[in-house]
Amino acid sequence: MLKLFKYLKNYKLQSIVGPLFKLIEACFELAVPLVMANIIDVGISDADRGYIINMGIILVLLGVLGLACSLTAQYFAAKAALGFGTELRRDLYRHINTLSHSEIDKIGSATLVTRMTVDINQAQTGVNMLLRLFLRSPFIVIGSIIMAFTISVKLTLIFLIASPVLGLVIYLVMTKTVPMFKTIQKKLDRTTLMVNENLSGVRVIRAFSRQKNEEQEFHDNADQLFDLQIKAGRISALMNPCTYVIVYVAIIAIIWFGGIDVNIGGITQGELIALTSYMNQILLALLAVALLITSITKAQASSVRINEVFACKPSITDENAKPLTPKDNALAVEFKDVTFAYNESDEPALSHVTFTAAKGETIGVIGGTGAGKSTLINLIPRFYQYQSGKLTVDGHEVSEYSFEQLRHKVGMVPQKAVLFKGTIRENMQWRDKNASDEEICRALEIAQALDFVNEKPQKLDYMILQDGKNLSGGQRQRLTIARALVGNPEILVLDDSASALDLATDARLRKTIAEKTKDMTVFIVSQRISSIRNADKIIVLDDGEVAGIGTHSQLFKNCKVYKEICLSQLSAEEVAENE
Amino acid sequence: MSKKKSTGKDSIFKPLMRYAGPHVWLLVMALVLSVISVAATLYAPILMGDGIDLIIEEGNVDFEGLVPILIKLAIVVAITGVSQWLMSLCTNKVTYNTVRDIRNDAFKNLQKLPLKYIDSHPHGDIMSRLVTDVEQISDGLLMGFAQLFTGIVTIFGTLFFMLSINVRITLIVVVITPVSLFVARFIAKNTFRLFQKQSEARGDMTSLVEEMVGNQKVVKAFAYENESEAKFDVLNKNLQQVGVKATFFSSLTNPCTRFINGLVYTSVGIIGAFAAIGGGFSVGQLSCFLTYANQYTKPFNEISGVITELQSAFASAKRVFEIIDEPAEIPDSPDAVTLEKVDGTLKAENVCFSYNPDVPLIENFNISVKSGQRIAIVGPTGCGKTTVINLLMRFYDVTKGEIIVSSVPIKQCTRDSLRSMYGMVLQETWLKTGTIRDNIAYGKPDASIDEITSAAKAAHCHGFIKRLPNGYDTVISEDGGTLSQGQKQLLCIARVMLALPPMLILDEATSSIDTRTEILIQQTFHEMMKGRTSFIIAHRLSTIKEADCILVMNAGHIIEQGTHKELMDKNGFYADLYNSQFSV
Repeated sequence: MLKLFKYLKNYKLQSIVGPLFKLIEACFELAVPLVMANIIDVGISDADRGYIINMGIILVLLGVLGLACSLTAQYFAAKAALGFGTELRRDLYRHINTLSHSEIDKIGSATLVTRMTVDINQAQTGVNMLLRLFLRSPFIVIGSIIMAFTISVKLTLIFLIASPVLGLVIYLVMTKTVPMFKTIQKKLDRTTLMVNENLSGVRVIRAFSRQKNEEQEFHDNADQLFDLQIKAGRISALMNPCTYVIVYVAIIAIIWFGGIDVNIGGITQGELIALTSYMNQILLALLAVALLITSITKAQASSVRINEVFACKPSITDENAKPLTPKDNALAVEFKDVTFAYNESDEPALSHVTFTAAKGETIGVIGGTGAGKSTLINLIPRFYQYQSGKLTVDGHEVSEYSFEQLRHKVGMVPQKAVLFKGTIRENMQWRDKNASDEEICRALEIAQALDFVNEKPQKLDYMILQDGKNLSGGQRQRLTIARALVGNPEILVLDDSASALDLATDARLRKTIAEKTKDMTVFIVSQRISSIRNADKIIVLDDGEVAGIGTHSQLFKNCKVYKEICLSQLSAEEVAENE
Repeated sequence: MSKKKSTGKDSIFKPLMRYAGPHVWLLVMALVLSVISVAATLYAPILMGDGIDLIIEEGNVDFEGLVPILIKLAIVVAITGVSQWLMSLCTNKVTYNTVRDIRNDAFKNLQKLPLKYIDSHPHGDIMSRLVTDVEQISDGLLMGFAQLFTGIVTIFGTLFFMLSINVRITLIVVVITPVSLFVARFIAKNTFRLFQKQSEARGDMTSLVEEMVGNQKVVKAFAYENESEAKFDVLNKNLQQVGVKATFFSSLTNPCTRFINGLVYTSVGIIGAFAAIGGGFSVGQLSCFLTYANQYTKPFNEISGVITELQSAFASAKRVFEIIDEPAEIPDSPDAVTLEKVDGTLKAENVCFSYNPDVPLIENFNISVKSGQRIAIVGPTGCGKTTVINLLMRFYDVTKGEIIVSSVPIKQCTRDSLRSMYGMVLQETWLKTGTIRDNIAYGKPDASIDEITSAAKAAHCHGFIKRLPNGYDTVISEDGGTLSQGQKQLLCIARVMLALPPMLILDEATSSIDTRTEILIQQTFHEMMKGRTSFIIAHRLSTIKEADCILVMNAGHIIEQGTHKELMDKNGFYADLYNSQFSV
């Protein structure tokens, strides 16, 4: 948690002023028993009504000042805590944005989402509580001990014994419960995951009529969560009664030894009452701590989880990158003996891949499931870093580019057609935020999406819901293609992007791309021969290795794998007749 | 369970109690324990006062009298401690039971909600209702039970004890204290509104984070980090502003009530001192009263704190109960038929359907399918192919017309039995977190490992499963983890192969699988489809060409119908569609 405190740095004033005013308020509060002791010792024994009234006025004044200080403190604490949360959230978001694909694969995006939301909220609440109360409580404890010291040095000993014992009890309970709350948090994560899965798989679940089993599983998890909560609750419930008992044992001691002291003329009756008041104040202060413990431990657990994300450093960075100008006559993309494995230890997903793609060429990439097609094209925008070999774009190795420059060259159409909440226009402006409506419409036209967009009454202002739910799969896919085309990328990558399109649309799409984007280097990853057969160059991948490179007719003659793929899709006549 | 629509926060209390209700004996026990602990807590100051009255001044201390009082005090304190602990255990149990039941019920209803609801609500929002909001209820209830109980008991207990000592001073306490309650109420009212705003701002934030962080790879592909950060910053700023207000206002309660507390304390001090001067009121009693003054107002403060906490719990409860009380799918009628066997025939008569009443989608859809036929549905994207599947599976109900399976209108059979007649493989692969084995056996959980492996072999995924670190026991993480799209699709196919239902729906089932593997799977499907009626949506001709009947759809209507050869001869829409792939 301490590590995260740096997020208070812009709220230094607030985070100092807040607790400071709390301390001042505590001082006023500490003065109250002394004033009351005076009322008893001076006012009552001298029967001085005027004195009592005066003291009463002082008490009211202390109250008013206390209130003013307290309100100020709360305001600054709220400011600081929310500021903390806001900046932490902002930084974590930015940090997540620096992570590369490998890290995202490793952590999992659902976890990242919880850490961004639930955990930060909890850390923020923790800081708020900390600023408001955590400092105040120890101050009251220490202050009470000091006040007791001014009354009677001997009796202070009781305070000096009781306070550490109280502290110890709180410490023990905390160390016992913190790990438990961690496990509870894990179970909660699991709950989130289950709900998420249940929502995304609703059709499959209902198709198999597995709702009851899903419910059962959810119930089991809920039961485990329940057991853990009860266990943790049992221990944390010890806090209040234990502290209460300790404080009263101390009060009994104060009355007994205080009695002895009064008997020999050491202290007065009023002072004895003040001492018990201070003991009570220590109890109240510590009870406040006890109430806070849950919130602080939760915050602690959350901050550990947040720090885990911060500790995860991007494995690929674009530091030291300078803006590069394309080398003269350079190839658009060149792979030289590139080998890549997702993890150092794994079998390579791609081994010794070598090929070139000149500007304006259309490259088809084909191969079986798991052959490494997506991996290959994911290396171009440097989503992953290959282990050996060299990959150049416009003559420069990809690692020399800044991410922004490199990725701006590439228009990516991912396998999964993801759109974002917002208007169609906003979605189309992802590559180029200044793209004009004409440019957008041109891209939509190439992507065969202009017709259905124009059918919408709001046209480009049509609001897409989260996950593009108000569009069909094919519509989404065409929009993602259009999105990649806006702003004329130098390289267009279609990663199996036409799978949700019917054949006619797919064919029209390829035709228009070929016609209207002459200078664009296009990579088409596909399972369909028909999608790539007209490519200038086809790369056939088999189990991470290049099985053949060439045109359709060359490969059909020379490449066994390619021929098999062809014949699995088209009849022999079709292969021949359309050559 | 009653299905009342809950709106205001007052009507939330009832449904909440409906969940706490079954644990009534625990609640009673908690109440009894709280009475004991409060009584003991209140008795302690009296004993203290008695003790102090025996310590008057130098040389005037009654030690003999003091000993039994202090022993009594020790016993009373011990009782307080034990009963407090036991009470916590009881309230924990009630709370955690209650929220578990609420969460379970919400999840249960989620299983019954119409697809329309699930398709049209952000999943992130539903998730946060089931997780974060339920946690908020739990926090609220815990505080509610623990402090509302003891608070109320303390108020009455203190009143009783105070009255027994001095009526006049008690009256002062009773008159001033309600001010604190009034102040607290005023604050709470404002906070509720602010908390709701904060909830909304948080919801917006969560949605954005879900979207952007959830699709981080797309964000990176477009180097969209800066723009997404800008969007984020706007929401973040808004959340900060709303949050500061909500936090500040909610934190006003304590200082304000504490101030009024101080006033009560002072008044008791002054009046008590006057009374002591006048005689008939001892210093010990004054000290006892001062403690009471604190104890009497403390529950008022706490109650107001609890009210704030309950406010946000209520706001959360409202959101959770919206899901619990959201009307489920119209349940199967009691005399619904449980389909046990179907003959494979299917008829659709004048079926009309649309997602949005203003935009008609499927109109007067008619087909008649004979047993064992292979029906392919083709058409341009957005023509309603997937919608047909939604209707066949009864994910959505038709608005007009009827679909008849095996001579039984599907509205007259139970949904579960209807759906179990179909094996469905969708383009969007969905796997559950769990082992490969569990995933394949999803539709037939009691399948033996032999059955599972043979299904996997049939779906041609045995090979890659074998290569995984733990074979069939490999746990696939969230969303299929490291498996490729094609591998996931193969697993989904294996899942259906194992269940082997009498009818099949394949919606782009092999779109991500390479064609060499697909050919092999086609053969398996072919075997499997023998005697099984099947519906196939696919773009690949190999799949479509051999269908017994091809339905060509456009804009919600069937415009052509026949075999591949018939349709090609007809030289219409389908022939165009078919030829277009070679047109480049």
